[in-house]
Amino acid sequence: MNPIWINIAYLVASVLFIRGIKGLTHPRTAVRGNMESAIAMLLAVSVTVPQIVGNGLEIVIAGLVAGGLVGLFLSRWVEMTEMPQLVAVFNGFGGAASVLVGGVTLMGGSSSLVGVQELIAISASAVIGGITLLGSLVAFAKLQEIKGFKNPFALPGQRAINALMFIGAIVLAIKVVQNPADPMAFWALAGLASILGITLVMPIGGADMPVVVALLNSYSGLAAAATGFVLNNTVLIISGSLVGASGLILTNIMCKAMNRSLVNVLFGKIDASAAGATADEVYEGKIKSTSAAEVAMLLEDAERVCIVPGYGMAVAQAQHAVRDFFNLMEDRGATVEFAIHPVAGRMPGHMNVLLAEVDIPYDRLVEMDHINPSLETVDVAIVLGANDVVNPDARKQDSPIAGMPIIDVDKCRTVVVIKRSLSPGFAGIPNPLFALDNSLMFFGDGKKAIQDLVTEIKDL
Amino acid sequence: MELVLLLTIFVLAIFVGVEIITKVPPTLHTPLMSGSNAISGITLVGAIVSAGLVSTTVTKVLCFLAVALAMINVVGGYLVTHRMLSMFRKKD
Repeated sequence: MNPIWINIAYLVASVLFIRGIKGLTHPRTAVRGNMESAIAMLLAVSVTVPQIVGNGLEIVIAGLVAGGLVGLFLSRWVEMTEMPQLVAVFNGFGGAASVLVGGVTLMGGSSSLVGVQELIAISASAVIGGITLLGSLVAFAKLQEIKGFKNPFALPGQRAINALMFIGAIVLAIKVVQNPADPMAFWALAGLASILGITLVMPIGGADMPVVVALLNSYSGLAAAATGFVLNNTVLIISGSLVGASGLILTNIMCKAMNRSLVNVLFGKIDASAAGATADEVYEGKIKSTSAAEVAMLLEDAERVCIVPGYGMAVAQAQHAVRDFFNLMEDRGATVEFAIHPVAGRMPGHMNVLLAEVDIPYDRLVEMDHINPSLETVDVAIVLGANDVVNPDARKQDSPIAGMPIIDVDKCRTVVVIKRSLSPGFAGIPNPLFALDNSLMFFGDGKKAIQDLVTEIKDL
Repeated sequence: MELVLLLTIFVLAIFVGVEIITKVPPTLHTPLMSGSNAISGITLVGAIVSAGLVSTTVTKVLCFLAVALAMINVVGGYLVTHRMLSMFRKKD
């Protein structure tokens, strides 16, 4: 095929990718958008395959079949609650592919084909791809709560070590450019970047994972764009930078929702020992424990009910019970809404996906900024597995989470907090919400608590 | 192709990306991530192009892995996004 036609096909694919993402701006057009994006991919791949000369074709077909089957299997078999892990793993695979393409080009390309620009791009894809690969796998291990990865872990002098590794990476990148005939420098660079991926993600805690997953998503796009610079390929550059932009925007939204800078999320930690009362001072004598029967009575005449879901809902797999509760209350004439904090869960939009899975209409999933002004008119708010995002201390100057936007459930007429115990959330600080006059603690497993509640309401 | 030309495309595409993606509502942030993740599987095209360069066994294995990993990203990413988005559509 004439190269002009290939490039025109790539242009069409790029436009379809952009339209595809544009489709995601509304739930109604989103499915079509995703399909346009998939068609774009199919188009880009189908015009590329016939370009292969020699015996590469068999390898490509074998790779397409193997990867296609694994991808098909993963997408069918993974539970919705495990979506953050799956996205993390996919990010890692994208990063790995970029490293490998760089390696193949370096080892197989003739020197006339690989100039300085390509060599710099090859080094960049080794660095970004390497960080993405192992960074994503560590993120996966943390999200999966695998032992040894779950808790944040940093070596003493971690920052200095990271800085040294970064300098080492630059030195190796210069070596790659100077002496492309020897691929060892390239693999050393990719290896070092991978280790950097581990040491960068290891110190980050579970609740900061939405930021990390979004950032790695951005990296996987930038790695693809770097590969585009290696191969002088426009469709790679365009789609890679779209993904890079998408990840950066999400990262930014997540950081804002925690009132923390990206640097603070990546390298800092919340200092829970800062000013603030101890758990005993906050809770002593003020905690009112409640039961399913009592909450059911509260709900009997409630007109407006608001549920604040958090990661605890995903852990307890409580979403199906929540749906039963939602349907029951709606049938009784109440309005039930969900107040969703941007960082609730382990990835951007995590709660929305879980609730959509159980058929909660998406117009009932209300963003924090939209629901906060009207919370005074909510009769009963149910906090289900959320903690720091409803901590009124965030309004105080001296709190470790000062300035973090929260869902103002304390303004609701009654707040019911479903929680196993009074243990603190990720920030490690007590939550005065639990001790408020209008708060009731409903201790127990999220799923069972909601199920009991449904049973009690039916008996009213 | 000229480096400056490629850089121009890169920078403009980032701006296009920022413009559209800021309009994606939080409800769809997870599908946006998995969908854009599938798009980043475009490295697949790069992996296929690199197949024209393989000669030794090592490069053949690397190329196979690159194609397979990128293909997992593409197929898995699109299908899982579709699965999620279908849940959002049901209520229309």
